[in-house]
Amino acid sequence: MDDQPNSIRAQFRLQQHRTTNQPFALDVDINLPGNGISAIFGHSGSGKTTLLRCIAGLEKADQGFLTVKGETWQNNRCFLPTHKRPIGYVFQESSLFPHLTAQGNLDYAVKRANKKSASKQSTSKQSTRALFERVTTIMGITPILNQYPHQLSGGERQRVAIARALLIQPEILLMDEPLASLDMARKQEILPYLERLREGFDLPIIYVSHAMDEIARLADHAIALDEGKVIAQGTLQDVFSQVDSPIHFGEDTGVVISGQVTERDTRWHLSKIAFDGGCLWVKDGGDALNQKVRVRVLARDISLAKSCHHDSSILNRLEVTVAEIHQDQDPCMALVRLKSNSIYFIARITQRSLHQLKISEGNTIWAQIKSVALVR
Amino acid sequence: MSYFSDADLSALGLTLQLATTVTLLLLLIGTPVAWWLARTQSWLKGPVSAIVALPLVLPPTVLGFYLLIAMGPNGPIGQFTESLGLGTLPFTFWGLVIGSMLYSMPFVIQPIQNAIEALGDRPLEVAATLRAGPVDRFFTVILPLAKPGFITATILGFAHTVGEFGVVLMIGGNIPGETRVVSVQIYDHVESLEYVQAHALAGLMIAFSFVTLLGLYWFQRKQPLITSKV
Repeated sequence: MDDQPNSIRAQFRLQQHRTTNQPFALDVDINLPGNGISAIFGHSGSGKTTLLRCIAGLEKADQGFLTVKGETWQNNRCFLPTHKRPIGYVFQESSLFPHLTAQGNLDYAVKRANKKSASKQSTSKQSTRALFERVTTIMGITPILNQYPHQLSGGERQRVAIARALLIQPEILLMDEPLASLDMARKQEILPYLERLREGFDLPIIYVSHAMDEIARLADHAIALDEGKVIAQGTLQDVFSQVDSPIHFGEDTGVVISGQVTERDTRWHLSKIAFDGGCLWVKDGGDALNQKVRVRVLARDISLAKSCHHDSSILNRLEVTVAEIHQDQDPCMALVRLKSNSIYFIARITQRSLHQLKISEGNTIWAQIKSVALVR
Repeated sequence: MSYFSDADLSALGLTLQLATTVTLLLLLIGTPVAWWLARTQSWLKGPVSAIVALPLVLPPTVLGFYLLIAMGPNGPIGQFTESLGLGTLPFTFWGLVIGSMLYSMPFVIQPIQNAIEALGDRPLEVAATLRAGPVDRFFTVILPLAKPGFITATILGFAHTVGEFGVVLMIGGNIPGETRVVSVQIYDHVESLEYVQAHALAGLMIAFSFVTLLGLYWFQRKQPLITSKV
């Protein structure tokens, strides 16, 4: 195999008989980078969770091959049981042991993490202590350590569960829709902790989700699954800027762009974000100058014009080239892929406008961007 | 203690000794069986469950009869024990222990099996992702979370062994200090028309059983509060 030593390579084939009478088959071959957050996304029933469970060894694929950072976890001859894999796993719903306090749950991991490392090199008590302090501080759970799981809110429980998965000192963190069981407010409460997680720990994370907003905000790399098969994989920008992919995002179609804050207009509360293909004004998110940020531009928020209109209320106008035109799922709509330097946008416009404006591939036109969301 | 003769006290002591031995051995042997029954997908689950539950429906005399034959000098168990130089088991304390273990088996295995089944896979999967091996998982997850099942099993197994009569009479006979337990002693008293003595022991059994079951139900009622699902 010509894998980079640091990457995660997985091939799984699995037949499952689910409660519904149609059998489900997973058949994937993926290659994930050994750093950053990789999102596995798809509709429910697409096999996301099954794939994650195969990586964790909780599910045994009939045919499987898995190497993580150069170490083989599964092939035709061997299958490393879950408790011997250096993983951390965060389950969808609360998975704390009900008979232990939050502290007890964390200690469960600390004890077993040390057992593992004690044989290799003795991690000193101090560094264990320091890691514990750091994890509990980052997750904001120091004040609730003495409580039992049933005394905690859903968000708090999930933060303890994430902390527990970190304290086992994993080489890779697997998260199965960690926010799915939470309401919008709780979700917003946890997302910043997940961001701090990616900044604070040099740890590859595989993040399963069906929520586009979470993925746009967190992921660097994405894999789209549909009916047990991989239908797209690559960097987040690549996967999100395809117009011909079989994944139907519908109203959520849109691209994610990384940029940098280059100017702050305090009078109008706006920030200027520069990226490879130009710059965009967004609502000031309080980010400092030169701060790296990520914005999301939805396809439905871009309209196209043949010339530059200075007399409209639209703040962001970009001169772009039409790279590709594709039929949307909706028969009256078209998806237009636009290129500005190395950056792609997608506009979702009506077929009639496309026809009337005589837009075709290769044209240079103006993209009018109605709104840009700062996702990070 | 004028109500109880020396023979009565000896029968009481023997009964407690028998019930304790049987309960401890059953917990030791029954737990792996209950664990297997709770987790297996094998087709053997049905047949094994049926065998475990058999003593619930069989008359004790049937069980005792077959055990008597099997443990006798011509039975397979009897020949095995004789080849080990242990003699035959019928009409000995250990013969009673084996008979009682079979008879009380469902009362120990079923509560443990139900408790483990109720836990589901999740806590074990969580423990596995936290580097806990199978033995570690049993002691740190199963045992504490299925504790109510183990306590119920202990109480029921003990109480049921104390209360048995048919199997004891079939394979134990009526040897003072060796196989004459309380239930047999009461039978003897009645046979010889010693109603006062019979009353004393029978009353004691009723009180013991009532208090035990009361304790069990009180404990079970309290349990949901302790291990409330999260």
